[in-house]
Amino acid sequence: MRIVVAVKYVPDIHADRGFEGGRVVRRADEGTLNELDENAVEAALRLKEALPEAERETSEVIVLTVAGPDADGAVRRSYQLGADRGVRVSDDAIAGSDYFGTARVLAAAVRRLADEAPVDLVVTGMAALDGLGSVVPALLSAELDLPQLTLAGKLEVDGEPGARTARVTRELDGVEEVLEAPLPAVVSVTDHANDPRMPNFKLIMAARTRPVEAWSLADLGVDPALVGETGARSRVTDASPRPPRPDAEIVVDKGEGGRALAEFLIRNDLV
Amino acid sequence: MSTPGTRTVLVLLDSAGTELRSPVLELITVGRSLGRVEAVALEAPSVDVLAQLGAYGVALVRQAEPSSGGEVVTGDALHLTPVVAEVLAAATRASDADAVLLTSSFPNKEAAARLAFLTEAGLVIDASALTDGGTHLVADKRVFAGSWDVRSEIVTDPAVLTLRANSVVPQPAEVAVATEVGALRLELSPAATATRVVSRTVDESAGAGRPALGEAAIVVAGGRGTNGDFGPVTELADALGAAVGATRDAVYEGWHDQFVGQTGVTVAPRLYIGAGVSGAPHHRGGMQASQVIVAVNNDPECPLFEISDFAVVGDLADVLPQAAEVLREHRSSQG
Repeated sequence: MRIVVAVKYVPDIHADRGFEGGRVVRRADEGTLNELDENAVEAALRLKEALPEAERETSEVIVLTVAGPDADGAVRRSYQLGADRGVRVSDDAIAGSDYFGTARVLAAAVRRLADEAPVDLVVTGMAALDGLGSVVPALLSAELDLPQLTLAGKLEVDGEPGARTARVTRELDGVEEVLEAPLPAVVSVTDHANDPRMPNFKLIMAARTRPVEAWSLADLGVDPALVGETGARSRVTDASPRPPRPDAEIVVDKGEGGRALAEFLIRNDLV
Repeated sequence: MSTPGTRTVLVLLDSAGTELRSPVLELITVGRSLGRVEAVALEAPSVDVLAQLGAYGVALVRQAEPSSGGEVVTGDALHLTPVVAEVLAAATRASDADAVLLTSSFPNKEAAARLAFLTEAGLVIDASALTDGGTHLVADKRVFAGSWDVRSEIVTDPAVLTLRANSVVPQPAEVAVATEVGALRLELSPAATATRVVSRTVDESAGAGRPALGEAAIVVAGGRGTNGDFGPVTELADALGAAVGATRDAVYEGWHDQFVGQTGVTVAPRLYIGAGVSGAPHHRGGMQASQVIVAVNNDPECPLFEISDFAVVGDLADVLPQAAEVLREHRSSQG
C-alpha cells in the first residue's frame, strides 16, 4: 500500500503571527509541523503497520509538502514518527497561492508519485492551524477526481490489495455519518482519529541527515501562471492587527461577584 | 460584472424541510444588500420556510432534483459534499449568479470549495462581511484567532463565500413577496456519487431548547474549573438563552459533548462567557473573535483574563448561579 500524507509547515501557534504585503509572514525558526497533520501521519503509519508482513515491507508512507526549504522541518518531524519518504515542492512561483493553487500543486505531485507506482490513499489533517480554511482536502479530491472521505473521526480500510474500501465515521454539526468509498481516495482526519505517537529516538537521530526530495513546478509540469499570486482568485487588499483590548474590568468575588457580572451584562445591553 | 445592487446572489438553505435558522436568514440579509436573492434547497421547502423566504424577499427557490445514471438521487446521498457542490454549480449557471453564500459549517466549507472549483470562482471561507466594491465583491474576515482583520477582493465572477454566524442581524425585506418553487434538474457526474453513505443520523436533541453552539449570539463555556459539574454553566446559559460549550479537555473528560476550539466549533458570538476556562491557545483560537468576552475563574493569573472585557475572580459555583438569578429577576421585571 502506498499512502501519501500531505502536510503543512505552519507558524507556531504560540508565535506572533501576522501579515506583510498581503502575505502571511513566515519565519524559519518559528515553524512547526501543523499539529493536526500529526494525526494524518499517524493514521497512515497505523494502516501500514496493520498490513501482513510481506505487504508491509513493500508499502510506503510518503510525506508531501508544498512550501519553501524551511518546511523540511515538517518533513523531518514526519521522519521522526516513521514516514518512509519525504517530498517538498518548492518554487518561487508558488508564493501567494490560494487554496486552488495549493491543491493544484499537491495534486500534480500526487500524480507524479502515482506515475512511479499506484497511490492507494492520500491522507491529510482536517485543517492547517494558520489558515483554518479546512478546504484543501476537498479540493485535492476534486483535482485528483478521487472520492472524498473527509473530517474522519475514525478510519478503517478493508479488503484485498487492489480492491480495498475505506470507511470513515464522522460527526459534524449534530450529524453522524458513516461513508465508504473504493480506494484510491482522499481522506482527512480530525484530532479524534488517533493519538499521535512520540518521536522515536533512533529515528530522531536518523532524521537529521535523511534527504528530502525537492521538486519544482517544472518537474511536475504545472504552469506557473496558474498558481501563486497570478493564479489567485482573490487578493488581500488590507490586513491589519486588531487593536489590543482594553484591560479587563476585574472584580474579586466577595459574595457579590455574580451580581456584578449580571449588572455588567445589563449595563452593556448584552441580555 | 454588474453594477452594485443589481447582482444575483444564491443562498444555500441548510434545512428547507423545517424552518430557516438565523445564520441562513443572515445570508439572505447580506445577499439583499447586493441585489436579487435566489435560494437553493436540497429538499422540498416546508410551508414555514416558504413564508420565511417570502418575508425576506426571496421570490424563487430552486429545489434540486439531481439524478445519477438516469436514477433520481434522494435521501442521505443528497447531502454528500460533491453532490451539494454540483447542485449549486447548476443553480449558479441557471441563475447566472454573481455570488453564492453558504453558512460556515465544515461540510458547507467543503461544498463551497468544490463549487468554486467547478465554477472557477474565488472563495472566501469564514467571512464576517461581504460588500460590493464596485468592480469586485469584497470580503472581510478575522484571522489568527481574531488578532488580525483581513480584507480581500474576489477577482472572479462568481464569488463563493461561507459567512460566519452573527455577522449581521437578520432583517426581513421591506416588502414581502410570494415565493415560487422551481425545479432544478441536473445529472451528477459519476465522481459525485463515488462515495456511498452507509448511514446518516441527525441528532435532533442537539439543539433542543437551546441555540446551536456554532450560531448562538451568546455562548457560555465551561472548562476544567467546573470539575465536571456543568450545572452552574447550564443555569447561566438558560438565564441568557445561550448555547453551552466546553473546552477540549472538558469534552475529553466526558463532561460535555461539544467543544469550542480551532478544531471544534469556532464561535464569534456577541457575548462569550468562559467559566473555569484557562484560555489555552486551542480554545482561544475558537472564541477570540467574540465581541464581548467575560471570564470567571478562581485563578487570578488565568490567561483568559488577558483577552476579557470583564472578569470575576471567584468560584464559578457561587458566581454563575448568582448572576443567573439576577438576570432572571431582570428579565421578569422587564415583563
